[in-house]
Amino acid sequence: MKLNNLGYLLKEGFRGIFLHGFMSFAAVCVTVACLVIVGSFSILAYNLDLMVEELNKTSEILVYIDTDLSDAEAKSIGTKINLLDNVLQSTFISREEALEDFIADHDGDSAFSGVQAQDLRHRYVVVLEDNTKMQQTDEQLKQLPGVAKTDAAYELAEGFTTIQNVLHMVSIAIIAVLLVVSLLIISNTVKLAMYDRKDEIAIMKMVGATNGFIRLPFVVEGFTLGMIGAVLAFGLEWMAYDSMVRKITEVDSLQLFTFVPFQEVLIPMVAVFGAAGMFVGIVGSWTSIRKFMDV
Amino acid sequence: MIQFIDVVKSYEQGNNALNGVTMQIEDGEFCFLVGPSGSGKSTIIKLITGELKPTSGAVHVNGYSLERIRRREIPYLRRTVGVVFQDFRLIDKMTVYENVAFAMRVVGAKEKEIKERVPYVLELVGLEGKMSRHPNEMSGGEQQRLAIARALVNNPSTIIADEPTGNLDPERSFEIMALLQEINNLGTTVLVVTHAQNLVELFGKRVIAIDEGLVVRDGTEEENDDEAE
Repeated sequence: MKLNNLGYLLKEGFRGIFLHGFMSFAAVCVTVACLVIVGSFSILAYNLDLMVEELNKTSEILVYIDTDLSDAEAKSIGTKINLLDNVLQSTFISREEALEDFIADHDGDSAFSGVQAQDLRHRYVVVLEDNTKMQQTDEQLKQLPGVAKTDAAYELAEGFTTIQNVLHMVSIAIIAVLLVVSLLIISNTVKLAMYDRKDEIAIMKMVGATNGFIRLPFVVEGFTLGMIGAVLAFGLEWMAYDSMVRKITEVDSLQLFTFVPFQEVLIPMVAVFGAAGMFVGIVGSWTSIRKFMDV
Repeated sequence: MIQFIDVVKSYEQGNNALNGVTMQIEDGEFCFLVGPSGSGKSTIIKLITGELKPTSGAVHVNGYSLERIRRREIPYLRRTVGVVFQDFRLIDKMTVYENVAFAMRVVGAKEKEIKERVPYVLELVGLEGKMSRHPNEMSGGEQQRLAIARALVNNPSTIIADEPTGNLDPERSFEIMALLQEINNLGTTVLVVTHAQNLVELFGKRVIAIDEGLVVRDGTEEENDDEAE
């Protein structure tokens, strides 16, 4: 392809956007709508994943110390606990502190008035790095000398892991379905745009234009429309996300929900929106024009 | 040169459009192709422009053998054959100048060549004063002139006109035929597919008559009449 032709073909590609204004507008609108839907769901799924992960971190193991050990010996076990692989942190709770918590929990119930600190054990609250390894860490804790018994809420940890796994699978499935639906809608919109120009394509074929010469302006046009759609969708997504997070934060006084700031996912979002816009534009126009080339 | 040697064209449905057509049109000739609807005229045009391939036999057009032409060679074959249709097939969004320039641009012509060639061709067809008009602002005759200008602009060695006067009144039809003859006088081969018997008689050129996929007559009207007597 000659260089002067390339200039013409690029110019034609850009000109086509304005020459077929309505179809260009429709293609951009569909791209924006699809990308915003896919983008919103992806970012929502990402936030939910982080929230579940955060909740999962609250699962802990209670380690009860042998009553035969002195206070100093009980406190020294903390070092051994912290040396275990999966332990994020451990907090020592003396039997006196445990009694205070017990009384507070039972709100001065007379049935427990005779309970003494000596009846209780020193204990550690152990927070894990990875709750999927809770059972394994629990076994290691039980092996430590001076540990009388442990109390680990496996069911809760497993529950969080299951929720997270289900969330991952559902997110991937929904995003995949949304992407396929988006591609179909965009591809049909591009086909409509091509149909609008079938006479033009037929004339080009009739006067002896090569397939490459016919295709390139459409691909340039598709790429440009895809990128315009991606930029608009990205801006819209950013604004909508920021505004939604602000609104939720205002009403969520208990801070039940935590959302990552958009800036934290800026680079992956730019990459995903850019790639999706480019893919949809180029592939959409390339495949749609094939139908009209067989003249 | 256009040459058909015992050409058969069958469609997938099983019916034969051509049943062994043999004919030859020399460079620089003016020729009419006539025949009733469904006789095979359109198939002949599609074979010449590379839209179809023959089922058997040989088709040679301006140095290309259509029975074994490669897909990527078809655009280059089409640059040697300008086609004019009954329904003009112009782009209404473009001006007269742009419609013709478009045909040059899409085959990769330089802007300088386009600026020189388009006004020359528009003058040849008598549209020099209407370059900035749009096709829908013009009469049928003018639109057909524009279609001829577009077919001519890439300097093809052959012009095929498929019912070029089908949408025109007798006066405009005569003008279009006269224009095609003028183009032929400049050295371009012209093949006109028509139902207009009066024009065929008036111009007294070679006539190839097709019926049921076969050439049933070939010669000038006078020769054919003599043969009939």
